[in-house]
Amino acid sequence: MIATRIIRIIEDIVGAQHVSTADTDRLCYSYDATQRQHRPDAVVWPSNAAEVSLLLKMANAEGIPVYPRGAGSGFTGGSLPIHGGLALVMTRLDAILRIDEANLIAEVEPGVVTRQLQKAVEALGLFYPPDPASLKFSTLGGNVAECAGGPRCVKYGVTKDYVLGLEVVTPQGDIIRTGGETMKGVVGYDLTKLLVGSEGTLGVITKIILKLLPLPAAKKTMLVLFDSIDGAAQAVAAIIGGKIIPTTLEFMDGTTIDCVRRGTDLELPEAARAVLIIEVDGDVDLIEKQAATILQLVAPLGVVNTWVAANSEESESIWQVRRSVSPSLRKVNPDKFNEDICVPRSRLPEMIRTIEAISHRLQIPIVNFGHAGDGNIHVNIMVDKAEPDQEQKAEQAIEEIFTATLQLGGTMSGEHGVGVTKAPYIPMELDPAAVAYMKAIKKALDPNNILNPGKIFLQD
Amino acid sequence: MKRLDRHKTLADYRQQMDQCVKCGVCRAHCPVFGEEGREAVVARGKVTLAHALLNGDIEPGPQLSESFSQCLQCGKCVRRCPTQVPVDDIVLAARREIVARRGLSLFSRSLTSLLRRPRLMHFLAGSARRAARLLFRRIPQKSGLRLRFPAPFIDRQRSLPALAKKTFRQRHPEFIAGQRDRPIIALFTGCMVNYLYPEIGEGALKALAAIGFNVMIPKNQGCCGLPALSAGDGASASDLATRNLRAFGEHQPDQIVTLCASCHSGLTRHFCDLGPDYAALAERVVDINDLLVSQGFEEILQQLSQPAQKPKVAVHTPCHLRNSGLDEPPKLLLAALPTIELVKMNKANACCGLGGTFSVHHYQTSRQLGTVKANAVKESGADLVATACPGCIMQLQNSLDQADLPQRACHVLELVGEALSKGSTELT
Repeated sequence: MIATRIIRIIEDIVGAQHVSTADTDRLCYSYDATQRQHRPDAVVWPSNAAEVSLLLKMANAEGIPVYPRGAGSGFTGGSLPIHGGLALVMTRLDAILRIDEANLIAEVEPGVVTRQLQKAVEALGLFYPPDPASLKFSTLGGNVAECAGGPRCVKYGVTKDYVLGLEVVTPQGDIIRTGGETMKGVVGYDLTKLLVGSEGTLGVITKIILKLLPLPAAKKTMLVLFDSIDGAAQAVAAIIGGKIIPTTLEFMDGTTIDCVRRGTDLELPEAARAVLIIEVDGDVDLIEKQAATILQLVAPLGVVNTWVAANSEESESIWQVRRSVSPSLRKVNPDKFNEDICVPRSRLPEMIRTIEAISHRLQIPIVNFGHAGDGNIHVNIMVDKAEPDQEQKAEQAIEEIFTATLQLGGTMSGEHGVGVTKAPYIPMELDPAAVAYMKAIKKALDPNNILNPGKIFLQD
Repeated sequence: MKRLDRHKTLADYRQQMDQCVKCGVCRAHCPVFGEEGREAVVARGKVTLAHALLNGDIEPGPQLSESFSQCLQCGKCVRRCPTQVPVDDIVLAARREIVARRGLSLFSRSLTSLLRRPRLMHFLAGSARRAARLLFRRIPQKSGLRLRFPAPFIDRQRSLPALAKKTFRQRHPEFIAGQRDRPIIALFTGCMVNYLYPEIGEGALKALAAIGFNVMIPKNQGCCGLPALSAGDGASASDLATRNLRAFGEHQPDQIVTLCASCHSGLTRHFCDLGPDYAALAERVVDINDLLVSQGFEEILQQLSQPAQKPKVAVHTPCHLRNSGLDEPPKLLLAALPTIELVKMNKANACCGLGGTFSVHHYQTSRQLGTVKANAVKESGADLVATACPGCIMQLQNSLDQADLPQRACHVLELVGEALSKGSTELT
C-alpha cells in the first residue's frame, strides 16, 4: 500500500485524473502477455519527461518501486510490477514529433504504436523495418526497451539497429540525452546501445530518434513445402550460403502445419513436414532474379510444392497462414511455454533435430516455427497443466533446449528478453563475471533499486 | 414476485475467460480503447475484471460499473481475438452479475422499466411528438425514453428524428395478404422503426409485396430485449423474450423478419440462451436484407428504370450484422439498385459509436467516434449513407449534423422502397 500522502504528491505531479489506486486499474495493470499477475499499488499516467523525472525523484526518496510500461504485450514479464509500487504507463506520450525526410530520421515519443509510425513514414515513401508480431499494438518505447525483432530482421536487423538517440530519465530522475541525429558519433560511451534492450531497468525512455530507410519498391512472397524438417533447415543454410539475404525467411514444422491446415485456402498436403515462407524485396528486376535463384537453391532439398504469390492478395493469404499459427497451437495442448532461442544460422538443422529428440524422449509435444532466417526459432512446449508432472517435464525440456542452444553457440532469447520468466536461466548463458559487470552498472545507476526491480537478474 | 433472469451467468463463461492469453491484440481494435487509452476499457482488461468479479477478488462498485459500461458491443475484439473469447457476451454477463448483486441503479433502471411497458412507451412517444424538440427538457430526468434514445437528446444541439405521428403498427393491419402460395412471414418491427422510422418498415412492406409474401405484424410484440440486456437487466430481457415468444409463437410464421441489425442480434444471439422454445424461434429470425437476397431480389431491382440523376450512396455496415456474418446482403441490394450510384467509403466497417446504453454513459466518446464516421462520409463524396440499422442511422445523422454536413443517413430499405414506388409509377 502507498500512503495517501504519497498519492497526493503524485497527484500534484501528474494531475489527479492521471493517477489511480482503484482496484479496477490495479488489476488491469497487473498483467502482460506472460499472463502472470502482480498488482501495482497505484497506476500513473505521466505526460512528459519532467513529470517522469519528479516521479522517479520522489520514488527514490520514498523507496517505492517503479515499473515502466508500454502496451503490456511482452512475453517475459518486463513490465510486471512484481513488488507492487507504481505502474508507470507511458502511453500518453504518443506523439510522432517529426519525420525528417532530408536526414531520414523520425523523432517519436515512447507511447507511439509501432504500426502508426510505419504508416506515417510509408506515406512519405520511407520505411521503418522492425516488425514484431505485436506491431499493431505494441509501443516503440517497449520495442526499444526490449529490443524487439520480427520476420524482416533477417535482412534489416532489429530495433537496436534503428535507434540513433534517446532522451531518458535516469533511475535517479535526471533527464539525459544519448546519441543524436547523426549516422555516426563516438563521443563518450554508447549509452544508446546500453539502454536499448535494458528492459526498463536503467532508465525511462521519453524520446526516441529512429533511423529510416527508403521504402522498397516491390516484394515477392513464396511458400515452399518440404518433405522433411531437415530439408527446410538445410534450405535456410543453402539460401544464406548462396549469398542471398531475403527480407523474411519464416519456418514452420509439421505439427504447426497440421494446426493451421484447416484455417487456410492454400493446399498444405500431408506429405509436407515443413514450410518456409520466403519474401524478397527491392526493385522489381532484382527480386525476380533473387526469387528464381532461391527456388533453384532449394529445389534439391525435398521440395513437395512451391507457391509463388502473383499479387499482394496472394501474398496476404500466405502471411495469413503464418499469423494463424500462434492461436491455433491450442489444438495440440491447452498450455504452452514459449521460448525464442536463437542459434547461428548454419546450426539450425542440428538445433531442430535436437529439439525433436528431446520432444520424443520426454513424450511432450514441441511445436517449432519462427524466424529461421536469423536462426531465431519460437519453440513452443505444449502441455496440459492439469495433467500431473507435465509442468515439470516442460521445465526439463526448456533446460535441455537451452543447454543445446548454448552448445551450438546460440542464445536463449533472440527478441523476447529476460524479464522474470528467463531470469532463472541467466547463469546458464552468462558467466559470473559478466553478470557481476551488469549488476555493477545497475547498482551504480540505480543505487536504491527502484526502477523495474526484480527483472533480468534473480534477487540475491 | 421476483422475476427471473434465465440468461447465462458469468460463471458459465469461466472456461472462455480462461482462453484470454492477455496478448493485447484487442488494444489495436477496440474503438473505445482507441479514444480512452486505459486498460480497464479494453477487452483483456474487462476479461480480467470479469474474472476477478467471479472469483470475489473485486466487489461491484462504481468503478467496476464504469469499466463494463465502456463497451459498444460492436464485437470487433471478438472477431480479432486469436482465441475468440466472446468478450461482448462476457461484458453483458458481468453487467447482469453487478445488477443482480447491487441492483439496477448502477446501470439504468428506468430504461428497462419503460421498454417492458409498450403502452407507456407508446404514450410517451405520443406526447413526445407534441413536445417536439422540447421533449427532453419536459420529460423527467429519470424517464426511460431519455435512456432509450440516448444522451445525445439531452444535448440541445442534437438532431432528433421526428417521432412518428402514428406508429408503424398503428398504420398497418395485423395481416397483409400477398399471394396465396407464397410464404407467410412475421415482421418484427422493433422500437425504432415503430416509433421513429416507420418509413423503413414501409420500404420493407413494398419489397415483401413485390415478391408476393404474406406479412403478419403481431400487435403484441415488444422490444427485442437488447437494450435491457445492455443495461444488465437480464430479468426484463427474459420477460420481453417471453412476450415475443407468445406474440410470434402462436402464429407459427415461416420466418420472422427484422429490420434492425440490433434487433436481429437481440433475437438470435440472446434468445438461444433461454431454452429450446426460444432457440427454435431464434432459428426462424432473418434480417430483411438477407431474406430479400435469398429470394433473388437483385434481379427485381435491376429491372427498375434508371433515373437521369442518381444520388451517390456510401454503405455503413452495422456491427450487429457484421458479427452475424451478414455484411454482404445490404451491399448486394444497393449494388443492384439502378436508382443510385454506390461509392466507396473508408472506415465502412467502423462502429458508428452509438452502442446502446454506451452513448448514455459516454456521450463524449460516442461523439468522437461519430465524428470519424461523418468525416469518412464526407470524404467519400456520397450524398447519402445507407445502412441496415435504425440505431446506426440515428447516430450517423447526428454525427453528420454536428459536423454541419448536408448528407443524410438512411436505411437500405428506404432506398429500395423509393425505387419500387417510382418503378411502379412509371409502369402505370
